[in-house]
Amino acid sequence: MTAATATKPTESVGVRARTTMAGRRSRLPFSPWHLVLIPATIVLLFPFVWLIVTSIETSSEALRFPPDLTPNVIRLQNYPDAFAAAPFGRFFLNSAIVAVTTVICNLVLCAAAGYAFARFRFLGRTALFIVMMATLMVPFQVTMIPQFIITKWVGVHLLAGAGIGHIGALIVPNAATAFGVFFLRQFFRTLPIEYEEAALVDGANRLSILWRIVLPLSAPALATLAALTFLDSWNNFLWPLIAINSTAASTLQLGLATFQGAHSTEWPLLMAGNVMSLAPMMVVFLIAQRYFVRSVAATGLTGI
Amino acid sequence: MTASVALGRRRSSERAPRGRRGRVETLSGWAFVTPATVIIGLFGAAPIIWSLVLSFTNDNGLSSTSAFIGVRNYKTLIHDPAVSQAMGHTLVYTALFVPGTMLVGLFLAVAMNRKIRFMWFYRTAAYATMAISTISEALVFIWLFDPSFGIVNYVFSLVGLPQQQFLNSPSIEALLVIVVMTIWGWSGFAVVIYLAALQGIPQDLVEAAAIDGAGRWETFRRITLPLLSPASLFLAVWLTINALQLFDEVYLSTRGGPLGATTVLVFYLWEQAFQNFNFGYASAVAYLLFLVILVVTAIQFRVGRRFTYYRS
Repeated sequence: MTAATATKPTESVGVRARTTMAGRRSRLPFSPWHLVLIPATIVLLFPFVWLIVTSIETSSEALRFPPDLTPNVIRLQNYPDAFAAAPFGRFFLNSAIVAVTTVICNLVLCAAAGYAFARFRFLGRTALFIVMMATLMVPFQVTMIPQFIITKWVGVHLLAGAGIGHIGALIVPNAATAFGVFFLRQFFRTLPIEYEEAALVDGANRLSILWRIVLPLSAPALATLAALTFLDSWNNFLWPLIAINSTAASTLQLGLATFQGAHSTEWPLLMAGNVMSLAPMMVVFLIAQRYFVRSVAATGLTGI
Repeated sequence: MTASVALGRRRSSERAPRGRRGRVETLSGWAFVTPATVIIGLFGAAPIIWSLVLSFTNDNGLSSTSAFIGVRNYKTLIHDPAVSQAMGHTLVYTALFVPGTMLVGLFLAVAMNRKIRFMWFYRTAAYATMAISTISEALVFIWLFDPSFGIVNYVFSLVGLPQQQFLNSPSIEALLVIVVMTIWGWSGFAVVIYLAALQGIPQDLVEAAAIDGAGRWETFRRITLPLLSPASLFLAVWLTINALQLFDEVYLSTRGGPLGATTVLVFYLWEQAFQNFNFGYASAVAYLLFLVILVVTAIQFRVGRRFTYYRS
């Protein structure tokens, strides 16, 4: 009784609301969601637009209040100026070398370890795996001081190119990650074991089974790990800030931060440098958008 | 078929095989894991212990003068006003950034979860924020929020709001600007996570609710939101862990200032470690950070699980 009287008004409100929605939709030649999405997109894109607009302004025009929304003079010279003020080509090259090498190392090392954890039975496997997974819980900032000390020691005693001040210091500590090992192990375990057993019976060794059977079946997982590792490496700032102390070995992020420190009020120059720094990643992202989005979505689905 | 299933099960058993075959398997197993183990052990596992050991010393970067001083660093830490200030800023920032990003992401994802024209463009605009680094993002935003020539103050003047000092303000305002820039920077990530979750919701559930007479808002609140709760829990935990580690934007935009108004825990830790070279004291701060992250995420899991609905 009470339930019926309680539901009735809401139901009629619901019906009325829907009919008005339908009526409005028939009057509009487009979906009303555009009215939400267009302002939202303007807000999302505005920082990019303003960045590009400022990068082609003259300094006097940038330092004007109220600001001109469209520049009167287009000054492309800011780009060569920024290029002359800081070696952005060098930064880009360093970032590219570090990111690509880190990705390759991670794919090789994490695939080998992940495969052993997924398919081999060996003494100490469980204990080692637990220790590895425990490191996943500890954020980088907690361990960065000993990491700095160890990297310094490695540079002095083992491999000069991997020491503090060299770009090797940005690669070696990240050459394999517990996340990568875990991620690939989980994926390998979902593969049907029959192919591998058949190959084992045929006398193939473990390495060639991994290389010829498992890895070709794992292309999506490898692509995901590659995309995530690349993004992490490319955007890393805190570790390069600690480990690199020269312009010649700077990555794009570190170089850009130093550039900002040296030209803090020359906005068109700064924005030109900023455009040059973010353009390569933006291009890669737009081309491989589907991969990146799928990879990022995968972190959400594999998690909790 | 049955043999291979049995083999598979045996293979995944925890005990290593004995005998010659077992030795071979152990040897090849270790050959496969050793390279990754060396890297992760040296740069991931060992520093966890080392950091803890350092936190009980007065290490200042020169090992010759380092000595054990017991828990003195932790005692100093408790009474250090800079630490409690940094802790406060970190928690305020996290409390604003995490729900903010989740709401923005949810709103955009719901709006973008439909097949209408130009949708690829709207989605690309949101995703593009994922491709921009924290440094580039911070550099754009300090220009947008420049107190003298920034476009935001211009917009404020258009709508009759007073001019603001933004990042130059020693009040909470500077931290708020950092909240805004990081929400923008993470919005693409939140959209991707929520959009993937939304697309996993079976349409018949939503239609059934509509047939039962539920309005749009009611359907959203009672069907969609509960089905999104695993994604929400993931985002809450993930964003919180990242928020507690905030550094890049603070470094680039304010260097912790003005007057320490934006000094967060990691910034203080970095300053102590790599500006003042107080490795011992900084390690104690690092362990405090670790403790905060553990406690906050543990609470989130405990509370979150209660509100999380799993279909399977």
